[in-house]
Amino acid sequence: MTPLLEMRSITKTFPGVKALDAVNLTVMEGEIHALVGENGAGKSTLMKVLSGVYPAGSYDGEIHYDGNVASFGGISDSEAVGVIIIHQELALVPLLSIAENLFLGNECAKGGVVNWRETFQRTEGLLKKVGLSEAPSVLVDRLGVGKQQLVEIAKALSKDVRLLILDEPTAALSESDSQALLDLLLELKAQGVTSIIISHKLNEVRRIADRVTVIRDGATISSMDARTEEITEDRIVRDMVGRDMAHRYPERERRAGEMLMEVRNWNVWHPEHSERQVIHDANLTVRAGEVVGIAGLMGAGRTELAMSIFGRSYGRKISGEVLMHGAPVDVSRVDRAIAAGLAYVTEDRKTLGLILDDTVERNITLANLPAVSSRGVISEARETGVAEKYRAAMNIRTPSVFQKTVNLSGGNQQKVVLSKWLFAGPEVLILDEPTRGIDVGAKFEIYGIINELSAEGKGVIMISSEMPEMLGMCDRIYVMNEGVLVGELTAAEASQERIMSLIVTD
Amino acid sequence: MEVAQTSTGRTGTMNGIGAYLARHMREYGLLFALIAIMVFFQIVTDGTLLRPVNITNLFLQNSYIIIMALGMLVVIVSGNIDLSVGSVMGFIGALAAVMIVHWDWSVYLAIPACLLVGIGIGAAQGYWVAYWKIPSFIVTLAGMLVFRGLSLWLLEGQSVGPFPKGFQVLSTGFIPDYFGIGRPNGTAIAAGLVAVALIIWVGLRDRAHNRKYGIEGEPAAFFYGRNIIVAGALLFVAYKLSTFRGLPNVLISMVVLTVIYAFITENTTLGRRIYALGGNEKAAKLSGIKTERLTFLAFVNMGMLAALAGLIFAARLNTATPKAGFAVELDVIAAVFIGGASMSGGVGKIVGAVVGAFIMGVMNNGMSIMGIGIDYQQVIKGLVLLAAVVFDVYNKQKQG
Ligand SMILES: Nc1ncnc2c1ncn2[C@@H]1O[C@H](COP(=O)(O)OP(=O)(O)OP(=O)(O)O)[C@@H](O)[C@H]1O
Ligand SMILES: [Mg+2]
Repeated sequence: MTPLLEMRSITKTFPGVKALDAVNLTVMEGEIHALVGENGAGKSTLMKVLSGVYPAGSYDGEIHYDGNVASFGGISDSEAVGVIIIHQELALVPLLSIAENLFLGNECAKGGVVNWRETFQRTEGLLKKVGLSEAPSVLVDRLGVGKQQLVEIAKALSKDVRLLILDEPTAALSESDSQALLDLLLELKAQGVTSIIISHKLNEVRRIADRVTVIRDGATISSMDARTEEITEDRIVRDMVGRDMAHRYPERERRAGEMLMEVRNWNVWHPEHSERQVIHDANLTVRAGEVVGIAGLMGAGRTELAMSIFGRSYGRKISGEVLMHGAPVDVSRVDRAIAAGLAYVTEDRKTLGLILDDTVERNITLANLPAVSSRGVISEARETGVAEKYRAAMNIRTPSVFQKTVNLSGGNQQKVVLSKWLFAGPEVLILDEPTRGIDVGAKFEIYGIINELSAEGKGVIMISSEMPEMLGMCDRIYVMNEGVLVGELTAAEASQERIMSLIVTD
Repeated sequence: MEVAQTSTGRTGTMNGIGAYLARHMREYGLLFALIAIMVFFQIVTDGTLLRPVNITNLFLQNSYIIIMALGMLVVIVSGNIDLSVGSVMGFIGALAAVMIVHWDWSVYLAIPACLLVGIGIGAAQGYWVAYWKIPSFIVTLAGMLVFRGLSLWLLEGQSVGPFPKGFQVLSTGFIPDYFGIGRPNGTAIAAGLVAVALIIWVGLRDRAHNRKYGIEGEPAAFFYGRNIIVAGALLFVAYKLSTFRGLPNVLISMVVLTVIYAFITENTTLGRRIYALGGNEKAAKLSGIKTERLTFLAFVNMGMLAALAGLIFAARLNTATPKAGFAVELDVIAAVFIGGASMSGGVGKIVGAVVGAFIMGVMNNGMSIMGIGIDYQQVIKGLVLLAAVVFDVYNKQKQG
């Protein structure tokens, strides 16, 4: 086997940060190569160097591709030789159709006039290849993330891809969508496509990767070959974090105290389609010190339920009651919901969670500015003190709290959002996919924080698509399907099978 | 959390004056651009630019632009734009003329009434933008036409004036010399000294704060260099003013307003929330910020400042004309963008907007002294605006 790609001693610096420090990466022709490492280790940066997002000259080191030295001046150069990257954040135009998106910038056109018949025909072919049964004319914003991800891959295939790079493709996908995507990758491999996949889900890595390269702190730590040795998750974790991790879920003394929050007869209608009811008569309770999960498939309505409770941030014609400590509270606006003791950590940190152009510090204090100000005047010293406290407690990797959050790695951005809501000092914290895109070590830290909150007598509602995480953390799990809470299981009763069977028999 | 590990060792900060300068090119660039433009016109106008009488004029001529730039910065930071300010300013000037000259209202009644009308206009426009989510470009474009038309109607196409003395002092009055020297004016010099002392004190305090929290501060050479230039310029201006008629009233209003707005935008929760709103409205809303109300307030504030500008402008010309305020919104918006604000919101500083307004003002003034036609003036101003924004974008890309 010959190497298709060799990246040699790649070094990339940003103002104040050395993101990559002499990293090496070798990828063989026809393999699936997994790139793993902690948040901020430099994985995305390395792939951006490879694909020309950071052009030749803005980094040190050499890239050998297909036997030649490659110096890509931009994405178009790398695409020309078949290197296609699908970024951590999807890059589709929401209000264009699938077909238009697939051939964006690469239209089937003669003299500037688009040939729609050919476009649609080729789109159908590509969609079949990736196993997506949607009409080419469907607008992308009608598709869920899973399907959008498939459209991205179809787009890559339309460009004669040789080396496909996927940056955390399954982070936002449900279990079954992830499976479909991984199967597709295996199929592409059979057709001779080489891929590099970045993922924090180590079970996936184990399942599909032929080789695994671990990066830590901007340097290559190890490279393992699944064909010659056994790659265990424990081993990957050890290389990633630099030590053994005995438990994935920290221990917690489970005890449910008095009733903290109750939601009664909660009904929500769709914001645009006024005849569609999204949440039907939801009832749920959270006791002090309890971690309550809401399980369900993607699109079951969990985010909608949470956001509608949190200041009616979603939906219309909302009816029902929210009680805290037995008394009804007003949650009709976000500021009132916060005042009532709620906090909601969004699953969509880029569009709903962060002011990307603002600093880490300003993002952390945003939901609770009065706590760092007196009579409306912000005290810089207090603000910086708070930010530093959370940086240390959450282990946010950033050169300083004055770094703009846009420059942080995905996982560290997540920690900033979480810090913001912890600082708001809620009684009930609603976490929507809190560990999405977060490395194993950081997950453990976040679980630890959840446990601390519970020990302080706070309530936690956790929405997660990762079943093991739900089972490992929750005291009680509600199961939601198509907007209805169809069942409730205690930690002892709950298992993956029982949850699934509740969903299926509904 | 015993597993917390701290390994930010590799993220050492890069020092060096060059790197610092590269990152703060924008701020220094603006200051140097202003200095360069002043030096240029000082030379080509054979020293007319910095004559005491002309410096006084510079302030009088540009006060209304600067005052509106303060409000416009807030509007632009919140992610909106206001195209109506020129028309509103003209309308309020007309209204004041009608009230005072035709209806014989007292100045003390007419001024607050006009400011209230300005607030009302801002509220009316802000209402549509904030609560109906109608793009501000459209709402204020409509406002621009409406108030242009209304001022024509109010004045019936005629100029109305003159105003009584009590109204004119708004703009052309001077602070008397409390030291009784007269010329040079002791108050002006004292004010200059106090301003310099304040600026240096604030600068030193910030520096101490930065050092305490390990924020990369300005290299010492830059800090002192910049402060010496600013202090020198201030004292120079104060001295020049003192040899003419002293401190104009408008200068005082301008400085006070600038300080207030700079403080609000940079140090208060209100200001912080406006930046957050412009940076990412959805995230701001989900953080409990009342985004609609803030947008509304930004326009109310703009309406009030446009009214104030209208009064000052009318007072200076001593008459209200149907053409007053025509195309002024463009100068105001240009000043804010030259000052480094971003079209998409969330970015920009009061001081930048004020310096931007001065750059526009010095160019207007210098070119007029040189006798350059209005045609060329427009071309040159347009190119300067483009250059400033291109410079911004270029800088950003280089760092990216
Ligand atoms: N444009 C930038 N400016 C400054 N620093 C940056 C920039 N982009 C990335 N960094 C820094 O480089 C480091 C590596 O970031 P990168 O995004 O490659 O991490 P990652 O391994 O992909 O992490 P994650 O798993 O969280 O996505 C981080 O410390 C990050 O803060
Ligand atoms: Mg990444």
